Amino acid sequence: MDDTVSFLRAKSVGDVHRARVTLVLVALALVFACWSFLLGPSELSPRALFVGLFDGQGAAGIIAQQIRLPRAALALVVGAALGGSGAALQGLFCNPLASPDVTGVTSTAGLGAVLALYFGFAAASALALPAFAIAGALAAAGILYLLSRSGAGVVALILAGVAIASFATALTALALSFSANPYAMSEMVLWMMGSLKDRTLNDLAFALPLTVAGLVLLLTAARGLDALTLGEDAARSLGVDVAGVRGRVIVGVALATGAATAAAGAVAFVGLVVPHLLRPFCGYQPARLILPSALGGTVLVTAADVAVRLIAPDGQLLLGVVTAMLGAPFFLWLILRMRGKP
Amino acid sequence: MSAVIENVSVRYGARAALSKVSACFAAGAVTGIVGPNGAGKTTLLRAVLGLQPLAGGSIRILNKPLAEWPREELARTVAYLPQGGEAKWPMLAEDVAMLGRLPHRAAFAAPQAADRLAVREALARCDAAAFAHRRTDELSAGERARVLFARALATGAPILLADEPAAFLDPAHQLRLMELLREEARRGAAVAVTLHDLPLAARHCDEIVVLHEGRVAADGVPATALSDEALAEVFGIAALRVRDPEGGRDMLASFRRI
Repeated sequence: MDDTVSFLRAKSVGDVHRARVTLVLVALALVFACWSFLLGPSELSPRALFVGLFDGQGAAGIIAQQIRLPRAALALVVGAALGGSGAALQGLFCNPLASPDVTGVTSTAGLGAVLALYFGFAAASALALPAFAIAGALAAAGILYLLSRSGAGVVALILAGVAIASFATALTALALSFSANPYAMSEMVLWMMGSLKDRTLNDLAFALPLTVAGLVLLLTAARGLDALTLGEDAARSLGVDVAGVRGRVIVGVALATGAATAAAGAVAFVGLVVPHLLRPFCGYQPARLILPSALGGTVLVTAADVAVRLIAPDGQLLLGVVTAMLGAPFFLWLILRMRGKP
Repeated sequence: MSAVIENVSVRYGARAALSKVSACFAAGAVTGIVGPNGAGKTTLLRAVLGLQPLAGGSIRILNKPLAEWPREELARTVAYLPQGGEAKWPMLAEDVAMLGRLPHRAAFAAPQAADRLAVREALARCDAAAFAHRRTDELSAGERARVLFARALATGAPILLADEPAAFLDPAHQLRLMELLREEARRGAAVAVTLHDLPLAARHCDEIVVLHEGRVAADGVPATALSDEALAEVFGIAALRVRDPEGGRDMLASFRRI
């Protein structure tokens, strides 16, 4: 009887692990966010910066509010968007290789952003930039969704993602070479590798609400993703609206990834690596994984953005270079480990 | 009658998957659905679950037309164990079983004591409590099948549909599975199960529906439904029957092709 009572009170093993790992991730995110906030070329004391953050007075106030805060906060937002999107996409496709960048979603979002910027739509309306990026993300996610509905296997999906990514990158390059911009080449690299340099509060103003909206949408689909691990028929027999779950994941990923890419360019590998690393701590359950992955994303992107500035204080190193350096070997290892499995 | 299927027809494009099929799943009974590959067994179960649009006929669940059931309520009433089901991530056994409680849980709510109790009971009934905290990919096929079965039981639905649950199980696990289905029926559930193993069906089912090319070829108690004529016509086999030394019904011992 005691045994029964303790079982009924106890959380499941997966929930306990997840609670622990969530706490650690929140702590790490705070540490790196503060580090990022305090890091910069101007020699200001932490005290001056924190005071400046709240009163906005003088040089310290302007630097804290206009330069440091957007950069640190955007790193958190971009990481959360990519980490959460990766977890949801992997859950939807029941495959650890699915992620916003591998499926080409970030590339098409970047294409959308470039189109909006260099053809004047972004100048006409502040919302054009994220809107175009989200439309781009939606296009790639929609194509993959239709492919998976028509019975395409994992290999076909990954190959389609590679094709979509290459195509979007080529179109991005084409668009930039047609634009009347003398810095087209360096701008292109910026979009394809991702960077948080010189971001403003305006970027944060659209990225934050859109990312939050996207993540909330993903969380409403979380339980459906759990049910889908048993297959579509079983999920429907459990009362899950499968089409609704898929739609919410696609739109949620497009919102979050689109907004993140519009703000920071295509940051690679975050959405792939983070959910995969955290999955064992969440009992391999898709619903449990979304929030910790969003947190893990904030940690990785913020840490990478700190690393970028520590390695190259002159600002020549791009964020995506560091995340790719960490992520690409991991991706190879993942593929090697999955050999022979369907 | 828990589920009443009347003149149900299902079409896949031009092909008729089910033609005017009628059957009943009674509370307290195990109904076996047998037939050759492609006879429409799975389609029939999917129709009862409301997963399959009907070209004709009607289905009533607990005396209410299927179409009038709200999705969540139907999910609490009819539990389904799909064929060859497998959790696609190596989730923990207790978490897999907890999925069976999804229809009972409010959105975003953590599992309640009632959910945990149902999961614990279901795992215990399926002899799976010992590996509740293990990952499903570390279990043997038989253990995994029991966890998935516990998932279906955890729902606590008055109607249980199981599609080929005995496939890929060794004889001892097959028998244990049929016992579990019997226990569910004894608790008052209507149990319908598709089976390829005719001796298993003949021995453990109260009623049998023989499907052949989408039609009901024979039905009734096992002796009637699996008559020599039905076996010959539907399966193209003749059976060797053996009297049960313990006084039960006759057993199908072996087959030969006709």
